[in-house]
Amino acid sequence: MSLGQVAKNLNADSMCFSEEQKMIMESSRSFCQDTSSIEQVRQLLESPQGYDDNVWQQLVALGWTGIAIPESFGGSELGIEAVVPIVESMGRSLSATPFIPCTLAAQVILRAASPEQQQRWLPRMVEGQIATLALLDNEDWGATDTSHQLSDELVLTGEKWFVDDAASAELFIILTQYQGSARFVVVERNQLSESAIQAHALIDETKRSAKVDFTGVTVPADAILAAEKTQEILGDIKLIGALLTAAEAVGATSSCLNLIVEYLNTRKQFGKLIGSYQALKHPSVDILNKLEGARSQVYHAATLFEDSKGKIERDLEIACRMAKASANDALLYAGDRAVQFHGGMGFTYECDAQLYIRRAQWSQQQFGDSAHHRKRLAPLLLG
Amino acid sequence: MNTDPDTLAAFRQEVSAWLEDNIPENPGFLLPLTFMEVGTDEQLAFLVAWQRKVYEAGYLGMSWPQEYGGGGMPPAYQDIVDEELAKHKAPIIFNSIGLGWAGPLILEMGTEAEKQKYLKGILTAEDIWCQGFSEPDHGSDLGNAQTRAVRDGEEYVINGSKIWTTHGPYSKYMILLARTNPETKSKYAGLSFFLSPMQAPGISTSPIQKITGEYGFAQTFFDDARISADCLMGEEGDGWKLAMRTLEYERSVEGGQATNYKITSITSADLIETCRSIQRDGKPLLEDPVVQDQLVQFMMEERNLLLNQKRGDLPDLCTDYPLSLMLSGKLEATELFRRMRQYAVSLQGAKGGLYIHDDDALSGGIWQHAYFNNFSATIGGGTSQVQNNIIAEHALGLPK
Repeated sequence: MSLGQVAKNLNADSMCFSEEQKMIMESSRSFCQDTSSIEQVRQLLESPQGYDDNVWQQLVALGWTGIAIPESFGGSELGIEAVVPIVESMGRSLSATPFIPCTLAAQVILRAASPEQQQRWLPRMVEGQIATLALLDNEDWGATDTSHQLSDELVLTGEKWFVDDAASAELFIILTQYQGSARFVVVERNQLSESAIQAHALIDETKRSAKVDFTGVTVPADAILAAEKTQEILGDIKLIGALLTAAEAVGATSSCLNLIVEYLNTRKQFGKLIGSYQALKHPSVDILNKLEGARSQVYHAATLFEDSKGKIERDLEIACRMAKASANDALLYAGDRAVQFHGGMGFTYECDAQLYIRRAQWSQQQFGDSAHHRKRLAPLLLG
Repeated sequence: MNTDPDTLAAFRQEVSAWLEDNIPENPGFLLPLTFMEVGTDEQLAFLVAWQRKVYEAGYLGMSWPQEYGGGGMPPAYQDIVDEELAKHKAPIIFNSIGLGWAGPLILEMGTEAEKQKYLKGILTAEDIWCQGFSEPDHGSDLGNAQTRAVRDGEEYVINGSKIWTTHGPYSKYMILLARTNPETKSKYAGLSFFLSPMQAPGISTSPIQKITGEYGFAQTFFDDARISADCLMGEEGDGWKLAMRTLEYERSVEGGQATNYKITSITSADLIETCRSIQRDGKPLLEDPVVQDQLVQFMMEERNLLLNQKRGDLPDLCTDYPLSLMLSGKLEATELFRRMRQYAVSLQGAKGGLYIHDDDALSGGIWQHAYFNNFSATIGGGTSQVQNNIIAEHALGLPK
């Protein structure tokens, strides 16, 4: 056996967790517990903005908006591996902030913008200005092109769907077509009219997303991101998005399982705690096993991110897709069983199980559902 | 001993080279895929010779102390050997009940005399070991075992019967769980643990034919059997504690095995090869998107097992339910393999109806055979259903 083969085999199961990641995990867990109790989560369900400005400012003060941004722009220059434990903690507390869209927007700027463009936008993002991505023309995460247009005169035409936290965003990074090929272009909030943003009514009421019509907006030439390899960068961003959503889903699955275990340990029927019945015990173990598998996949992908310094190659692509598919399935199953195991109460809006089943439905669709990723894994694994 | 990455990598190369030179030729008869499948004298002779060869090369019991025949080295070395054995699809190291369960138990809890007497013979395969835990009426409910051991002077008199005794007819010793006191308030407190000889008057074995049609395990009968009182391990009443510890070794919840290579693994890579070789609708099965999707799902699950194992070494990533990864390994691995093998049989078209005795069977009927045999893993050492209860109660903290 050649050394190459050995190294490759080691890559397939590498797993590290640094002291730095551990500190980040501990502080983000306690931050999210303090700022996003279930009562706080419920209070925000009906608010138009969906999150608390105060909490966002604290999060900015902790440096998280700059965690994966180079020091020269005011960030702490860590990688996606440092973002993962934060996002997992947020999922655990169903914490609502625009952290994921902001992180992804920064990653686009890092990968696609010229040094001058980075200098213009990244420090603002580190300081907490909300940025978001406008990628989808419709429901299709598998689309390889966009019908959105930037004309030769630099006027935009077309609307984008599922623009997260659009209502509070100051910067929109739009996937568009310019002179026959895909490009990213940045639009600022003050270029949009009030009516351009139409909120979606989302199945997950902790999240905020909108349809945004960019038609008629004229952009300056220096708002077009420099990189021409837009498709490649878009592919990377979708994988990072899939991983972060997976990490968030793993966190949510943990607390969903805690909710189930707590109920099974307190609710009595037929004179016994219902947790003593195997009909409830065994599926609870199934949830645990799916959760553990998904968590391993997520931290494996995080490890490969650290090893590759952010460059996404085959192994990391496999890891991100596996993480998303596993995390989707874990949370969908946990949320579904959480409702069922709570009996009549589970069917009510009052029962917290609804928060998880709704999150599961939302989360599975972000950056591709399980079948989407398995379909793309097939040629990578079986080719 | 050095465990820096370069030293270990060099050691891996050395082991790999040794295996390439020393793995025996195909003997021309079916080799057992697992230690539970040794059923003929020729298989036994082959596996005894192979184990001895590996031991004499210094690649078995590497982490056991030198004074008992081991290598006195860090466990990392044996792990590398085990990985290389698997990679090379070497014949299994079959004396698993000694190497994996009884041996580490004796090392941890045995007296000096017990260590001197038993450990080396386990490594050389001179002494084959079997396990006497399950009884015809008490399998999953092990704590209710009824085989009696009554002290009579310097001996114990044993009466009763044990079942599913792997290696029973070949064994020199048995780890035996028997009831020394039927009066105790708790059923567990009356149990004791013996390192019992198998060649003693009143002990006999009767082979049991398995679902595969083959032999390989037995029922063991104790009919006023007399064994020396020295065979008692620990004190009377320690039986449950020692049996539970044994099961932790058996389920690999605890390390310390002389080797963990007791099963020739059939992995998704083999399944993919099989899919390449089968035609469906006039095309290789591997091109069928429905099959591809199922293969991807299996590969994800397989990767989960591997990654879970790695994550188990990082306690900071196991804070929610700290026991879960440790307790769920056996359940998840054996159930995944069962489903993969069952699936492999389903893919074979009409050939899926052939069995190992048919020359036209796909790859000698290996999938059919492996699927049937896999039940020994989902049942033995605690059924999957009992494993689910254990995980629910001990990892999740649900009530009994």
